[in-house]
Amino acid sequence: MAQIFHPSTNTISRATIFGAVFIIAFGFWMALKIERSPFVTYAGVARPQPVPFSHKHHVSGLGIDCRYCHTSVENSRFAGIPPTKTCMNCHAQIWTKAPMLEPVRESYRTGKSLVWTRVNDLPDFVYFDHSIHINKGVGCNTCHGPVDKMPFMYNYASLHMEWCLDCHRAPEKNLRPRDQVFNMRYQPPTPDSPVGIDGRMFFDQQSLGLYLVSKYKLRTVTDITSCSTCHR
Amino acid sequence: MDRETQVTERRRAPVIQPGYTFATITDKISSIVLARPVTNSWLVGFGFAGLITMMLLYAIGYLFVRGVGIWGVNIPVAWGFAIVNFVWWIGIGHAGTLISAILLLLRQQWRNSINRFAEAMTLFAVACAGLFPLLHLGRPWLFYWLFPYPNSMTYWPQFRSPLVWDVFAVSTYFTISLVFWFIGLIPDLATLRDRAENRWAAMIYGILAMGWRGSARHWKRYEKAYLLLAGLATPLVLSVHTVVSFDFAIAILPGWHTTIFPPYFVAGAIYSGFAMVLMLAIPIRKWYALEDFITIRHLENSAKVMLATGLIVAYGYATEAFMGWYSGNDLDAFLLWNRLHGPYHLTYYALLFANVGFPQVLWFRKWRTRPGLLFLVSAVILTGMWIERFVIVVISLHRDFLNSSWGMYYPTKWDWMTFIGTLGFFCFAFFLFVRILPMISIFEMRTLLPEAEVKEAE
Repeated sequence: MAQIFHPSTNTISRATIFGAVFIIAFGFWMALKIERSPFVTYAGVARPQPVPFSHKHHVSGLGIDCRYCHTSVENSRFAGIPPTKTCMNCHAQIWTKAPMLEPVRESYRTGKSLVWTRVNDLPDFVYFDHSIHINKGVGCNTCHGPVDKMPFMYNYASLHMEWCLDCHRAPEKNLRPRDQVFNMRYQPPTPDSPVGIDGRMFFDQQSLGLYLVSKYKLRTVTDITSCSTCHR
Repeated sequence: MDRETQVTERRRAPVIQPGYTFATITDKISSIVLARPVTNSWLVGFGFAGLITMMLLYAIGYLFVRGVGIWGVNIPVAWGFAIVNFVWWIGIGHAGTLISAILLLLRQQWRNSINRFAEAMTLFAVACAGLFPLLHLGRPWLFYWLFPYPNSMTYWPQFRSPLVWDVFAVSTYFTISLVFWFIGLIPDLATLRDRAENRWAAMIYGILAMGWRGSARHWKRYEKAYLLLAGLATPLVLSVHTVVSFDFAIAILPGWHTTIFPPYFVAGAIYSGFAMVLMLAIPIRKWYALEDFITIRHLENSAKVMLATGLIVAYGYATEAFMGWYSGNDLDAFLLWNRLHGPYHLTYYALLFANVGFPQVLWFRKWRTRPGLLFLVSAVILTGMWIERFVIVVISLHRDFLNSSWGMYYPTKWDWMTFIGTLGFFCFAFFLFVRILPMISIFEMRTLLPEAEVKEAE
């Protein structure tokens, strides 16, 4: 009886069976990588806006505080998108002829809001409240990243649940004194540049964080990692 | 022949009719796959089963579009047909594993003629079973959330929930059954490869046979691997349905929260599984003229297993009823009353008739050896076991602890289409199986012949 397969089939079959393990493992690894990549999360990807507004220019160049525009961040769930009037406070005086700002002036004339593209967009089944984070000492740039260095706005974090839980499971890693929350140049304490609060100096984030956890009366980790804290 | 064998030979039908040789066994079984033409009756059966499978796909497709709201499930009966069918199908699978693994370890040689198709039955039944919990998920396309993997939610399944244990029990069961079945097929696939006239068939069987040449070294490794897999599969016969019973027993519902559930479920699983084995074996041996290989001895042995497991199941019913009275617990007593007199009382009586009453005919050899009657008994038992799961799921759920939450469960046409659809899919897969794989293990049948006996050199 003639052989059906060439002798080389032995090698091919061994290689493919052995290789299949790696191919499947690679596929699984790729899937996890893609899920966390900007292809899915858009982290670091600037979005087109009706007006090329630069946070970099307004924050680090001019030194405008976050709350000048995002007025409700300290006492509301929503940080607030400024009305056109806020823009016009200054732009009625300066750059009044700039063609780039024409949509702003048009909005001011017609009373029709500018339609910005939302960048940090959480899913609707997540309850998120800005005020509680601000009041417990989470800095703006902890989540939003170096906004003062962003000519165009992009989301800094993946906004994945694992990213939320990273902090909720160990909030002391990211807390800072309340008066530093809006300081875009704040640095966590190191032995060379300690952070002082209530007359005490802290030389590392861990001890500062734990001090703030008790000072600001944070809920326990069990509480803030409970499903219904965010999925109400 | 020693005296003991003589006695058994006189009283029992043989495992294989005399007069066969290695060659004739191989011819007879492999020719069903390789030489037998496609008959009209096969085509009709296959086509009909295929149509019902299409209906299943249609029902599933509509479910994907509209969601589980198309089913009759709602609060308080949130489990309905999906869980009834899941438990029923997975139970049916158990007989295949019992036959292939436990009976192998116990050296019950009669298993050799029925293990192959019983294992196929297991695979198809587990496939049908696995469908239901997935469809019941609500968002079936996210089923992979059931597995612990490093996902972007840092979200793990709730390991304290028996529903998660189910995922592991069933997926392990399917994997082991598939590997066991495939390993068992390898020598036979090689036989088919060597006998196939068609070059493509020879190629496909050849790839699947993985270079089997039947050398002594091959056989030595093969036997060891097969035995090890049998050892792995053996605990699964007990563990899988135990875990399925935990879905109920861990909950605190009257009629569910009982410690008798695991053994009672396992016995019920084997009970219904053997009924399915008989429902498949009886027509197959007739249509394919395999009465010499699947003899009255096999049918009778299966009937005895059904009788024994049926009695365990009956004991389970008796204990449940007894505890309803003896516990003095109002809720348990009400459950018993509700089973006997509630809106679903007919299902409970049907269950007692089908699972306890009617199968008692198996006590008598005269009836136990009549294939037609056995087929009927098996059909009744399978129906009865399905009703049992309905009783467990629906009667316990439909009377909630608060009277204001009481309700009724009415299956919709989509429930029925999905259930009947899986029956169709099961038959569809089986029709394919008998045509493309040897439905009886050729090499294991050969070991039943006296020539196969190995004598030690003096």
